[in-house]
Amino acid sequence: MQITSYNGSALVAMLGKNCFAIASDRRLGVNFQTIATDYQRIFQIHDKLFIGLSGLGTDVQTLFQRLKFRHKLYQLREERNMRPETFASLVSSMLYEKRFGPYFCEPIIAGLGEDNAPFICTTDLIGAKQFSSDFVVSGTASESLYGACESMYKPDLEPEDLFEVISQALLSSVDRDCISGWGGIVYVVTPDQIITKTLKGRMD
Amino acid sequence: MECLFGIQGDKFTIIVADTSQVQSIVVQKTEEDKIMLLDSHKLLGTIGENGDRVQFSEYIQKNILLYQFRNGIPLSTAAAANFTCGELAHALRKNPYYVNMMIAGYDPEEGPSLYYLDYIATLHKVKSGALGYGAYFVLSLMDKYYSKNMSLDAALDLVDKCIAELKTRLMGAPPNFVIKIVDENGARELAWRKTVEDINGPRPTPATPIEVKSPPRHISFRSPSPSSKERKGKGRQK
Repeated sequence: MQITSYNGSALVAMLGKNCFAIASDRRLGVNFQTIATDYQRIFQIHDKLFIGLSGLGTDVQTLFQRLKFRHKLYQLREERNMRPETFASLVSSMLYEKRFGPYFCEPIIAGLGEDNAPFICTTDLIGAKQFSSDFVVSGTASESLYGACESMYKPDLEPEDLFEVISQALLSSVDRDCISGWGGIVYVVTPDQIITKTLKGRMD
Repeated sequence: MECLFGIQGDKFTIIVADTSQVQSIVVQKTEEDKIMLLDSHKLLGTIGENGDRVQFSEYIQKNILLYQFRNGIPLSTAAAANFTCGELAHALRKNPYYVNMMIAGYDPEEGPSLYYLDYIATLHKVKSGALGYGAYFVLSLMDKYYSKNMSLDAALDLVDKCIAELKTRLMGAPPNFVIKIVDENGARELAWRKTVEDINGPRPTPATPIEVKSPPRHISFRSPSPSSKERKGKGRQK
């Protein structure tokens, strides 16, 4: 068993029309044992920027704490928020810093950039960035998420429809992965609001 | 086969741990207290490698008391749990401690709380949780019988159910357990569940934290006091 599948995770982000959605499952497990069903692996950096961290739970927490710290320093020095592109570069360089002893996390960065243009990006655990213009997936359920997103995704969806698509994609994917699931959490972000909803899935 | 579990109830949290110290096939001791009192309102239950367990929990306890002594206010339970997690995560990629923990505490505003912390420093706030081989049996029992804001009697009933299950189904089940509680009146030992007595006589009293008297606000511990030179060299001789 690999270290990245020690806790289990499913993470997905999608682009819509002037908005984006990011969603994850809520399980925290140790291999096949479930510890909790209210785990958070999506974090808000500022009003228009989110990061989801799949992989090893301890590194999710450590990495988020370091990123939050770095973003606060940036805010103090620059008196503005980080652009999603800049933040993706920060994540990438922080991961590559640990090239030979990495954090076992594969992040998804999603945000609204200048002129509220939505942006999504993922990196591998040593910080190789990959940009996307439709959707990105990560975690132990990534194979099934690819399939579900590939067939359900449509470009330029409105926030309500985007919520429906990302929720259905997440829920149907985690049913094919033993170590992720137990409900989900979805964030839909538009230029003027953040909609947070928790999903009830198969709770077994 | 170590067992550690905790339950958060109505205005209290209890932690239960086995009290066996085992070295390969030898049971060295059956009255080893694995739940430490961090300060007046915090409990730290630990299982894992015995050396690491004692070393790490004492390090955490002393640092939490040091904070209280320096600042005149104690750490909240959440702060203490995050501090412990941070120290464990820091050690993880250098010289890891093999220690799994349950941290319980009571805060005036927050009420009771319980934290799960494993040896790779995954911290999570839980209502009930279990660690070690006992977790394989205890977790399912707690899923079935745990209810929100359960009374102390109901919680102790659940603890006894868990211990009974461990004794019937867990190979090499530990004979003795200690139960500790933290509520608004403080952290303290509640009960023992014993099936064997250590032949070495009465068990030693558990290590309780030193009573910390908060220093007056105007005294700064950072600035060197004029008498510090005089004291130099004398400290180590005793």
